[in-house]
Amino acid sequence: MKTYEQINDRIESGKAVVLTADEIMDYVDRQGIEKAAEEVDVVTTATFGPMCSSGCFLNFGHSKPKIRISEAWIEDVLVYSGIAAVDVYLGATQLRHNDPANMDYPGEFRYGGGHVMEDLVAGKTLQLFALSYGTDDYPLREIRTYFTIDDLNQAIMVNPRNCYQNYNVAINDSDTTIYTYMGCLEPNRRNASYCSAGQLSPLLNDPFYETIGIGSRVWLAGAGGHVYAEGTQHTGDCDRTSDGVPRESAGTLALTGDMKQMRPDFVRGVSLRGYGVSLGLGVGIPIPILNQDVLRRTCVRDRDIFAPVVDYSHDYPEKTGRTICHVSYVQLRRGEIEVEGKKVVVGSISSYFKALEIAHLLADEIRRGDFCLSKPFAYLPRNRASRPLVVRNSSHE
Amino acid sequence: MSKTETKKWMLFFPRCECEQPIVYHLVKDHNLVVNVYRAKVTPNEEGYLVLDVTGTEEDIASGMEFVKTFRVTINETGIGVMRDEKRCTHCGICVPHCPTGALSIKDNKTRRVEFNGEACIECLECILVCPYAACASAF
Ligand code: SF4
Ligand code: SF4
Repeated sequence: MKTYEQINDRIESGKAVVLTADEIMDYVDRQGIEKAAEEVDVVTTATFGPMCSSGCFLNFGHSKPKIRISEAWIEDVLVYSGIAAVDVYLGATQLRHNDPANMDYPGEFRYGGGHVMEDLVAGKTLQLFALSYGTDDYPLREIRTYFTIDDLNQAIMVNPRNCYQNYNVAINDSDTTIYTYMGCLEPNRRNASYCSAGQLSPLLNDPFYETIGIGSRVWLAGAGGHVYAEGTQHTGDCDRTSDGVPRESAGTLALTGDMKQMRPDFVRGVSLRGYGVSLGLGVGIPIPILNQDVLRRTCVRDRDIFAPVVDYSHDYPEKTGRTICHVSYVQLRRGEIEVEGKKVVVGSISSYFKALEIAHLLADEIRRGDFCLSKPFAYLPRNRASRPLVVRNSSHE
Repeated sequence: MSKTETKKWMLFFPRCECEQPIVYHLVKDHNLVVNVYRAKVTPNEEGYLVLDVTGTEEDIASGMEFVKTFRVTINETGIGVMRDEKRCTHCGICVPHCPTGALSIKDNKTRRVEFNGEACIECLECILVCPYAACASAF
């Protein structure tokens, strides 16, 4: 048994033993769980992939004369300005003004909110165009100016939903190509795609949310961030294996962090043909090895994790609830899965390569004493199911 | 007679040389077997041509000398599709879409996505599917 305080003391004195989630299993196999639980202080987990529910609050500071922004665009991408005078929220999936979207199907979606976030973190000069109706205290009605992230007072990433615990494997049962947020799916189950770092993924290493909770410190694209709430659509009450590993998407996290500290390699605009834009984001989460149970759960391997194969031509859009079958991450990583007797090639939209890089970067930061852990002050709900949207015909139905 | 070999070339035609029947002469006068992957040669515009030439070492050399008599630039790496290492996240979504295995994951531990330009047939599929704009065409 260890406490957060003991682990942090060891981190601060530069003595912490830190392993990544893909190293820990072999270590435990060699040392035995008892000895390993005493020795190891932290296991680092990570993921990198498109996370649509991401965005940031930006504060521009006041111009002379002042403006109370009522509509604004950054690089022609609309930002939400229904908050205080010079605060805006930029969302990852917002398209650029005049993007033809899917009018010329399948659309290319070359630039949008996620790309603005990438450019911002990369230190590029961006254009702000803002309008206002003008008030006595904020008379300016229009502004066009150029800025970099250094000119902003704050650039705080606030993401309502990141780090899905597990995810679907998307496949296409129809006889035409479809374009989805899981990439291009060829007809008649010719290919499939998945989106999870599997054994490295944060919430798969803490399936019951024992250490990752509200207030936990996380590595958000290189910046120190934290979990500020359960993620939207968090569904702790889900189908699980006998070891408790979710067999469907399940838990999610709401994350926040200072964009001024982020690294451009881990904040990347995403263009999904025929679908839209998003943000590719890298997240690392340290798991404190408080006891043997916590350690045992970080030893989850790809062979213990199963993802549901779902048809994205009919079942997903129509919300039929049908799952074709489950496949393990060992099969997925091999690049070929078997679906009802047919071999299907599979690609990943989440980058294991980058997740591994993040797990090592975070492990190094902790070993150097630069990243301490924090105990959650509230836990994520474990027993809540997810609600559908009921379409009612009138307000008193 | 020496053995035949195959070379991949990318030719760049400046505006003034676009009307030249270069491929015709490579076949007829230099005995080369030509396999064109991709071409963009529009009259009065710059043009590109990516092709394989197969023949003896001597014929390939004389074919190249012939091409050089025009103001055409030969890129002997012959690669018209590039993958930008720095933009690539190694996600691997392109891998099942690549028909020749030019984009592939060799090491399952790191899951790095390798790009082998020599195996690329320039189908441009990866450019369409890459979410991070890491793949691009020279033309
Ligand atoms: S899809 Fe693009 S980013 Fe992903 S591995 Fe292929 S080239 Fe790299
Ligand atoms: S252009 Fe086609 S063959 Fe070449 S790497 Fe891309 S997908 Fe593969």
